Parts: sequence; structure tokens; C-alpha cells
Amino acid sequence: MSATISVRDVRKSYGSLAAVDGVSFEVQPGEFFGILGPNGAGKTTTLEMLEGLREADSGSLSVLGLPPWPRNPALLPRIGVQLQSSSFFERLTAREQIGTFASLYGVSARRADEMLGIVGLDEHANVRTEKLSGGQAQRLSIACALVHDPELVFMDEPTGALDPQARRNLWDLLRQINADGRTVVLTTHHMDEAEILCDRVAIMDHGKVLELGPPAALVRGIDSPVRISIESGQLSAVEAAAVAGGPVAADGRGEVTDDGVVLTFATREPAPVLASLAERHALAGLRVQGATLEDVFLKLTGREYRS
Amino acid sequence: MNLTALRSLSRAMLRGFVRDRTAMVFTILIPVLFLLLFGSLYKNTDAARVSVIEVGRVALLDYAEAQAPGQIGRVMTITHSGDLATALADVRAGTYDAAVQQEGRTLVVHYSIADQTTAAFVQTVFASLVQQADSASSPHAYALTTAQVENKSLKPIQYIAPGLLGWAIASGGAFGAAITLVNWRETRLLRRLRLAPVGTGSVVLARVGLSLVVALVQLAVFLGIATLPYFGLRLSSYWWMAIPVVACGTLAFMSIGLLVGSFARTQQAATAVANLIILPMAFLGGAFIPLNYAPAWINDVSYAMPLRYLVIGMQNVMARGDGPAAALPAIGVLLGIAGVLTAISVRVFRWDAV
Repeated sequence: MSATISVRDVRKSYGSLAAVDGVSFEVQPGEFFGILGPNGAGKTTTLEMLEGLREADSGSLSVLGLPPWPRNPALLPRIGVQLQSSSFFERLTAREQIGTFASLYGVSARRADEMLGIVGLDEHANVRTEKLSGGQAQRLSIACALVHDPELVFMDEPTGALDPQARRNLWDLLRQINADGRTVVLTTHHMDEAEILCDRVAIMDHGKVLELGPPAALVRGIDSPVRISIESGQLSAVEAAAVAGGPVAADGRGEVTDDGVVLTFATREPAPVLASLAERHALAGLRVQGATLEDVFLKLTGREYRS
Repeated sequence: MNLTALRSLSRAMLRGFVRDRTAMVFTILIPVLFLLLFGSLYKNTDAARVSVIEVGRVALLDYAEAQAPGQIGRVMTITHSGDLATALADVRAGTYDAAVQQEGRTLVVHYSIADQTTAAFVQTVFASLVQQADSASSPHAYALTTAQVENKSLKPIQYIAPGLLGWAIASGGAFGAAITLVNWRETRLLRRLRLAPVGTGSVVLARVGLSLVVALVQLAVFLGIATLPYFGLRLSSYWWMAIPVVACGTLAFMSIGLLVGSFARTQQAATAVANLIILPMAFLGGAFIPLNYAPAWINDVSYAMPLRYLVIGMQNVMARGDGPAAALPAIGVLLGIAGVLTAISVRVFRWDAV
């Protein structure tokens, strides 16, 4: 089967700034693909070129087997694009809003109402979009992007300004969209989001793809230590050093750190450390944390991820 | 062109407009309040004191002044003129209420019936002057002849209504186009529509359609109020030619708004710039200050104001009673403005804020 999206050595500059600087990747049918990176990494520009909103300076792009630029009316009904939550007609209710978008694609009002139900907005159908909460507006925005049943969905920072609860609710919806067989391409600057949702991620910075692969493989690939933390005050410094003992690696990040609130061990062999803590009945506030995509980013760029 | 898309876009925009209280207030309510205010204020303009041109020497006026010093001045201001033709032209234009001349013992009063109250007042004043002179000297010493000059001058409502309507249509068109464009760009709705399989033509047509509907509603409301007996606007037979003038005026002012919206980055900037264009134009283009009464320099400047053509075009066919062809030059100029400004806007148009 041919790739849903194929990007080869694409470049785009704004004046002297190379926003996208030689990017290549492919997205397979049914895949949940994430483009990850800090603000200004070039992920939105990449997405805009895929959507057909901007022309690449060089390189080739193909979306569902077609070139997205210039604006291709044959391609538009097959892709769904979710922009910011505020991209609505003014002073329309949720139902009128999605009904208008539906008719632009020649989709019936009944299907539009169904879509409203799928994103859980039945009860808010007659509320004006200005009065919806951030999460509700985002759901409506996604519903408008999906109303014509596209094969490929683009989402630009879908959980951007949402509170943690609303983000989690939205994640369920996004997973469902992908489970229905749609290919989803999402940009995000939240590492945790990419880790949870995406089959594969491309980590971008300064217009380049630094790493590409399934999140778990990327995390495993950097071989970073597991962090085990407990509440401070349960162990003396001597005891802590004894627990850290042999297994704690000297990887330059400090074996044992105590900030007065949390005592943290960094180790590549968590089992002996955990056993040792259990023997000493020092497990209050225990947390075991493996490496995350943030560690991957740190490793790749040598700097902390600014989120 | 996709008719379903056009229809649903039009419906969405119309709903958005009708639910926007601010827009309703500014496009309909405020112009109507202005019409009520100006219409009432100028309804009986100068009725208590008339302006009269004394052509040659009118002995009766001197006599009346001698009899009761200062009395004449209370009811009329007198200007002297040696030339009857000029004086009659002034009366015709509405600059003066009447011209009076004395031929032997006959007093001839030329007046305009543009404002019937004033006309009646002029006749009454001179009739009583003659009566006084008669009773003081021998009976029937004087004879009074009144002559109505050909009526070309307008009652206040006949220039107030087209003027204010022109301003209302200009504001509605320019602000509507500018704010919609900037707002849609800011919220990225413009971009969202570009990603839907719907042509730019449908989007533009739906928005133009909305402005045309709003302008025709403004026209209907204005005519409805101005033709009330209280205001007394009499529509002349070809008033319906005002409809194409209004439509072309809407296009011209939407193109001004489009240009403003193409440059402005925020809604506030768009509003400020549109105000900067429309408000001075309302004063210099014959909307707030009728060009008949404006100083010569305003009249000269007004030729550069698109609003002038909208106002004059409407006035000619609605109030002056000119034939349908009288609106054509205005329609031509307005369409020309719309064409040129739209062409410029297309060149500087931006889909995105950045």
C-alpha cells in the first residue's frame, strides 16, 4: 500500500529564516502520526504545506497520492483540517455552525447532528459558539473537521489551551477518530500527548526532523536512567548512599539528589534500589519514572525542552 | 458555483448579522435617529423669518419701515439686487425665500413653493403690508401680485433623507466589508473556508448579498419614515431608480472596506481607518451638509468623494423628479470606484495575518 503522506526534502524559508529545512517523512494509512517540537520548530509550516495553504520552496509533497499545492479541490473533500477553536462563523449556535460546514461539503444536516452527538455536544447544540467552554469549542471544531468523513485528518495543537481534564477527554475522542480507520496527523508541543496518542512521532527543532519513530522506541533508544523518588526525611544521607550503593550509575546526572521535599535516585537497575527501599520501609510517596520524550529531546538538542 | 454552499453561507452570515446588536444599532437605528432628529429640526426651517431680495427699489418697504421702524426686520431679512433674473435664480435654488419688485403701484412677489409653509408666510406678510399701506392712504392704492417661480429648490427632507441614507449605506458597506475581512482573518475562518471545497466566488457573493440586503432594508426604512406626512417627503415618479444607485453605492463602499480590511491587521485598526474615511466624507460629500447650502470649497472637494455620487444620484431620482437617466452618471462613477478598488484589493489581499 502506498503512503498516505509522503514528504521529501521539503524546504520553506521566510526571508532569511529557514522555517522548514530539508524535512522528509512518510505517513502510512491508518497511522496516528505526531509532529512534535517547541514553538517555532517548523511543525505548523510543515502542516500548512501538507494542507495546501503554503507552497514549498523545494522538495516534493504528496497527500493521498496528489500534490496539495496549488489548492486542489479534488483533495479538499478527502482531508479534514482542525484549526483553532475560534475558527467559527460569528454568533451561530453549535448546530448551525456544523450545519454550515456540512453543507459546504454537500453533507446532510442529519449527518451534522450525528457528528455533534459523536463529540458529545448534543446538549449544547443550541448554545452559541462564543458561550461554549474551551473544551467544548475544541470538540465542535473537531466535529466540523470530521463532518464530511475525511480519510485524513490534520490537527494543529488540538489541546493547546485546555485544562488537564479537558485534554484527557479530548484524547479519548482523538483515539476514537483514529480507531475508526482515519489517518491522523497532529502537531503538538506537549511531549506527554505525543507519547500517549501517536504511533510514530517526528521530533522537530529549527526546521529539521531530529528523530523519527515510535515514542517507545525513541525513549528506549536514549538509554536514560529510571528515576525513583520518595518523600524526603525517611532516610538519612548515609542510608541513602547505602541504598544507592553499587547499582546507581555515575552518569553525570547525580546518583542521589535530595531537594528537601523529594529524595530521588537515578538508576539503570531499579530492582535492587526498590528492594532496598522496601527493606527500610521507606516507600512513602514512592514514584518510579522512566525516561520520557522530554529526555529524548534533551538528549537530541542538549537543552531542556521549553514547553 | 455551488448553490447549496452559497445559500448556507448566506444564511450563516445573515444570522450572524441579525444577532449582532451593535451592527443593527449602527446600520439601522442610529441613521434613523439622525433622520428623525434632522427631519424634525429642519421641518419648518426659517418659517418665522423669511429672506427676501428687493429687486430695484420697493417703495412700499421704505414706507413700512418709516411707519414702524424695526418691525420689518423682525419678519424678513432684505437683500438688495438690481437684476431680476439673478434674483429669481436665487429663489429657484432656494437660497432666498422670495424676490419682490414694485412696478408702479403693483407689488410683485416671486416665491417658491418648495416649502409651502414659507411660501404661505411670504404671501401673508406682503398681503398685510399692502393692507396696512392701503388703510393708511387711499384704498386700493397698491395691488399685490404673487408669482410662483419654477420649483427647483428642495424641502429640507428632500436632501436630508438621501444625504443621511447615503451616509448609512456608505458606513454599512465599508464597515461591514472591512470588519468581516479582518475578523475572519483573525479567527482564521478565512483559512478554514479556503480548506473547504467552496470557491472564493461563493464566499464573496454571500457577503456582498448580505450587504445588499442590509442596504435595501436601510432604503426601505428611510423611505418609510421620510414619506410619513409629518416629514412629508414626496417621492417622484422614478424613485425606484434609487434601488440600482443604492446597490452600486453598496458595492463601491464595500470595495473601500475591502481595501481597508486588506491592510488593517486588527479589528480596531479597521474600524479606526474606516471611520477616518467615512466620517470626513459624510461632511464633505453632501451627506451631513447639503451641497446646495455648502460653501463653494466643499462643493469643489465633494467631486472627489464617492459619497457625493451616491447622495446626488439618489436625490436626483427620488426627490428632484429627474428621469431615470439622471441616475446613470452616479451609477457609472460608483461602479468604476468599486471596480478599481476591488482590483487593488485583490493584489494586496492576504489570507493570513502573517
